[in-house]
Amino acid sequence: MKTAVLPKGGLRRELALTLRVLSRNPSALGGAVIIGFMALMALTSGLLAPFDPITISLGDRLLAPGGVHLFGTDEMGRDILSRVMYGARISLRVGVMVVLFAGVLGSIIGAVAGYFGGRIDNLIMRTMDIILSFPSLVLAMALAAAMGPSLTNAVMAVAFVMIPKFARMVRGEALAVKELPFIAAARVSGAKDFWIIFHHLLPNCVNSVIVLATLVMGESILVAAALSFIGLGAQPPTPEWGAMIAVGRKYLMDQWWYATFPGLFILVTVIGFNILGDALRDVLDPRIRR
Amino acid sequence: MAGLTQDLLRIEDLSAEFRTYQGVAKVLNQVSLSLRPGEILGLVGESGCGKSVTARSILRLIPEPPFKITGGRILFRGRDVLKLPSGELRRLRGNSISMIFQEPMSSLNPVFTVGNQMMEVVNLHQRVGRTRAREICLEMLHQVRLPDADRILGKYPHELSGGMRQRVMIAMELSCRPDLLIADEPTTALDVTIQGQILTILAELTRRKGVSVLFITHDMSVIAQLCDRVAVMYAGMVVEIAGVRDLFAAPLHPYTRGLISSITGLEEETDHLEHIPGVVPSLIDPPGGCRFHPRCDQELDPCPRLAPRLIPVEPGHYLACHLYPG
Repeated sequence: MKTAVLPKGGLRRELALTLRVLSRNPSALGGAVIIGFMALMALTSGLLAPFDPITISLGDRLLAPGGVHLFGTDEMGRDILSRVMYGARISLRVGVMVVLFAGVLGSIIGAVAGYFGGRIDNLIMRTMDIILSFPSLVLAMALAAAMGPSLTNAVMAVAFVMIPKFARMVRGEALAVKELPFIAAARVSGAKDFWIIFHHLLPNCVNSVIVLATLVMGESILVAAALSFIGLGAQPPTPEWGAMIAVGRKYLMDQWWYATFPGLFILVTVIGFNILGDALRDVLDPRIRR
Repeated sequence: MAGLTQDLLRIEDLSAEFRTYQGVAKVLNQVSLSLRPGEILGLVGESGCGKSVTARSILRLIPEPPFKITGGRILFRGRDVLKLPSGELRRLRGNSISMIFQEPMSSLNPVFTVGNQMMEVVNLHQRVGRTRAREICLEMLHQVRLPDADRILGKYPHELSGGMRQRVMIAMELSCRPDLLIADEPTTALDVTIQGQILTILAELTRRKGVSVLFITHDMSVIAQLCDRVAVMYAGMVVEIAGVRDLFAAPLHPYTRGLISSITGLEEETDHLEHIPGVVPSLIDPPGGCRFHPRCDQELDPCPRLAPRLIPVEPGHYLACHLYPG
């Protein structure tokens, strides 16, 4: 909708600029490469994975990493490399869904609270404070348990827990932005409150939301994996990293590769998102952009 | 005041206050003024004397609380703005009354292009297609004498200079075809040469379109250049209203005289700058009687005790001062 009014090639120009600034910032580049690698792996797992991640082959149980099975096999004889590759799909999808859900809802809630202020602000933000006062993992666990164990429910639970993070940040930004003259100018030209929120307030918070989204992405992958680890998320035989670690834990003494590889991928992915998020904070700063 | 019916805007005895933790600041004290169709009225005074608050009250732009209007009426076309329901207030904003602000740097939304924002405003008030909206924007930019209007529509606000942004603002607000334009120190943040250009454009366009302007400034020379009539404010009160020629030829209130003599001319050789001694008093605890008397050079007997009322001293010339008791 907005892109239609941009000058010809405006969006492409902005995107190219972002990529250029990104490429000059080494840590951002590092984070982007990690995430890019994971995303590529997730997309191509159907083509590149050497084995089917679900099919059981009891003759190949718990083989050590070697020529045919690069990361070894699990207790059902399934190839761990293939399962890890398919697992990237699930984890990234979980991350994206949580961030989309929590990001959109949280931003709107925060903007409404910040813009209207007063009693509405108090009501909304105190509710958010209540959610924030629980450790996110514990609350997500309780919610996921109440809704029943499934990956969808785990995603919903994690998203719910992440909403206040966005709400709180956007509210803070909204408090600053709403005092700027262009908001008054919009009101003077007869704009409605919700038009101002969606058209003037939220677009001015996008940069910070993107940065927070990247950081929350890492955290929610971790929390979702933790839920799967305790059996509240993805159910076997789904190749989810957290669930794999949960089973692999039993074999950790003798078959170290089972839990290690999925764990390593969680670690790298989360670090990747965190590095990228920190770097994006600088990259998206309009003062050093142009 | 004469011509009751033909006034476009009429403020009667407007009083307002801010409730702060230090006490109640009575920022407006029975402010009265009126604006005829097509007229440019200057509202002048030092910083903090209630000019902007008066202007913003007309559009009800100040959040209440802490702000509270405690008395008086603001009649626009005979209807009291203070009693309008929110829907009608919104229709009034933009459709009938527009406003441009002091800070051209932040009056435009930094994340959208100029064209995007101008077309938004056009669409808000006139249901026209995209192509037509674009034509209107181009035409308006042309009228504020911005060259290369087509390219400017594709630019982001930070790519324009302060003067260009203020022209964009003028173009944008006038595209709503208002009856009244409130200009709150629109040239204060600009340098002097640009200031002159903007004032010329503003005067020309509003005269041609028959738009009334409430022009707020602290600069007497701008008033002389632009306005038909002037209202002088001091510490939340209107102290003198007169036609611009009358006021500069024969300023009556000592405060007005002080303001006028603070204009530095090129011709006179001076080794000191004229100024009014002292500062605008605290509005939480204002001086009794005439609020100007602690800074006034000719104190009479009633000054510290009795607040003078705004009364006509000549046709069209109103004054609140004990020096000229009616």
